[in-house]
Amino acid sequence: MSGPLEKVFAPSDLLLRSEHSLCPGCGEPVALRTILELVSELDVRERTICVAGIGCYTAFPPIMDVDVMQALHGRAPSVATGVKRVRPDAVVFTMQGDGDMASEGLQEVLHAAARGENFTAIVFNNAVFGETGGHMTATTVLGQHTKTTVGGRDRERHGSPIKIAELIAQLDGAAYVARAAVHSAAAIHLAKQYLRDAFRAQLDGKGFSLVEILTMCPTDWFVRPEEGPAFLESRLVPIYPLGIVKAV
Amino acid sequence: MSERVLMEGSSAMAEAAVRAGCRFYAGYPITPSTEILEYMSTRLPAVGGTCMNAESEIEAIGMVWGAAGCGVRAMTASTGQGISLMQESFAELANAEIPVVAVNMGRGQGDYFQATRGGGHGDYRFIVLSPASAQEAVDLAHRAFHLADKWRNPVMIMGDFLLSHTAEIVDLAPPPLPSLPAKAWAITGAAGRRGINLSPIMAPEKLSSDHGAHLGRALAKHAAIKAEETRAETAWLDDAELVVVAFGFPGRFARYAVRLARERGMRVGFVRPITLWPFPSAVVADAAAGARAMAVFELNAGQMIEDVELAVRGRVPVHAIGGVSHDHSGFGVGPLLDVEHLLRRITDVYARSAA
Repeated sequence: MSGPLEKVFAPSDLLLRSEHSLCPGCGEPVALRTILELVSELDVRERTICVAGIGCYTAFPPIMDVDVMQALHGRAPSVATGVKRVRPDAVVFTMQGDGDMASEGLQEVLHAAARGENFTAIVFNNAVFGETGGHMTATTVLGQHTKTTVGGRDRERHGSPIKIAELIAQLDGAAYVARAAVHSAAAIHLAKQYLRDAFRAQLDGKGFSLVEILTMCPTDWFVRPEEGPAFLESRLVPIYPLGIVKAV
Repeated sequence: MSERVLMEGSSAMAEAAVRAGCRFYAGYPITPSTEILEYMSTRLPAVGGTCMNAESEIEAIGMVWGAAGCGVRAMTASTGQGISLMQESFAELANAEIPVVAVNMGRGQGDYFQATRGGGHGDYRFIVLSPASAQEAVDLAHRAFHLADKWRNPVMIMGDFLLSHTAEIVDLAPPPLPSLPAKAWAITGAAGRRGINLSPIMAPEKLSSDHGAHLGRALAKHAAIKAEETRAETAWLDDAELVVVAFGFPGRFARYAVRLARERGMRVGFVRPITLWPFPSAVVADAAAGARAMAVFELNAGQMIEDVELAVRGRVPVHAIGGVSHDHSGFGVGPLLDVEHLLRRITDVYARSAA
């Protein structure tokens, strides 16, 4: 082989450092890369504002070359509401986890969606509190082992998981809702397509959009890093089916 | 130019906020702060602003956080109970150095500790302004936005039922305040520059390895705020043997009672803290230096009296002449807010303190 090598892959130009500090096999850095690639492709970086929640992904704002407003745990949708209302031309997205959105802050996202706030909510759903070290969230699936459901989540004792995408899709203010995953190249490709749909809905002023992204958390699923994608496919996807849930 | 109108304190304060440049308000109805939300819901859209009837106090302060973080002057109001729900955000807004204005139209004066001792977690302070009249509420509303932006620190205005619901003549003309630099820290979208973080837990600069540095900066402001912004009203201190200290709308009743005591030949002075934090400790200490005793009038079980005691440092006795006092509804004014009662308490303490 001769001649210069063709560049077929590079980190997003909006990543100030391509290394991250999360665990091996974590899906959140993949999701972040996908979001930032989309911001570049849509050429909206200079009017993009991210509102970040609290979770493992709170390590991302220092390496994201976009403006980030840090919200409290659960509170990103109300903060994003204030942002978008005073900067209607901005492209606003929230970055929350399942603990942040579905446990601590469920009321926030419900009301933001019901009001039809014109921003894009992104939730990384790994069905566990990653940052605290593996505890049950509102999306932990039945039978899943966590440090607070040692014998597996039990319907009688712990209740059933919340399906965020389907819950939000019922609300009239929600214009676009989809569920994606980042456990395979094909899934990542679709995730970017759903994110593009959601951002497009916002740019067209259609109202609230939400993309739930299933992400791997091998550390708190107690599996090896390379087993994360298979765990996601076999345990989460049956409960949380992938695809577009609502598109107005 | 004067613009004199008859307005209730809550509406007057809301109008002053709009004239001070407030363009975003979010609130949840609760007596006796609801009139501010009502006023803003029609007034702000008329000037191109936004008023949100939020679904909870927690969301209200979150919305205000987002708007203020974008550099827009933003405000919320509630009463003590609702203010309790906002405390997590209050603490972190202070640490993120986001200037918001929060009004507490309290149901009595029981929220003094909540306002001045935090109420939220961690290491922070709110600047707390305490108006005694609708006119002062107007002036302090302008000052609140100015101080919040000047120091990048949240400011609370402590009102109460009487202030909120008493109509008085006010002059809406804005008080003169110096201009301030543009908000280079605000989140705008990173046009022509690297992105920034606006965060209570990390540095504004991307890739910073010193996430705690901004906290040190936020907390170092406290000494300068104390030095520059402490305010109090004083009267008849020159020869005062007894000094009455009172705050807020009840402070006007106390001042009148002190005047009546003077007319009866008693050498009584008066201090009304206008900033509850920073507390006017030096003014109170100076007043105590020539006095035999201090008397604190507040409508609670004894909260500001601790700040008076800290200022006096044991040099003279400090007596409580107020107390818990509510009407049947729990919102309004109780029997202790009565000039005749106050005068009796002042006379009694004065007689006991005589040489």
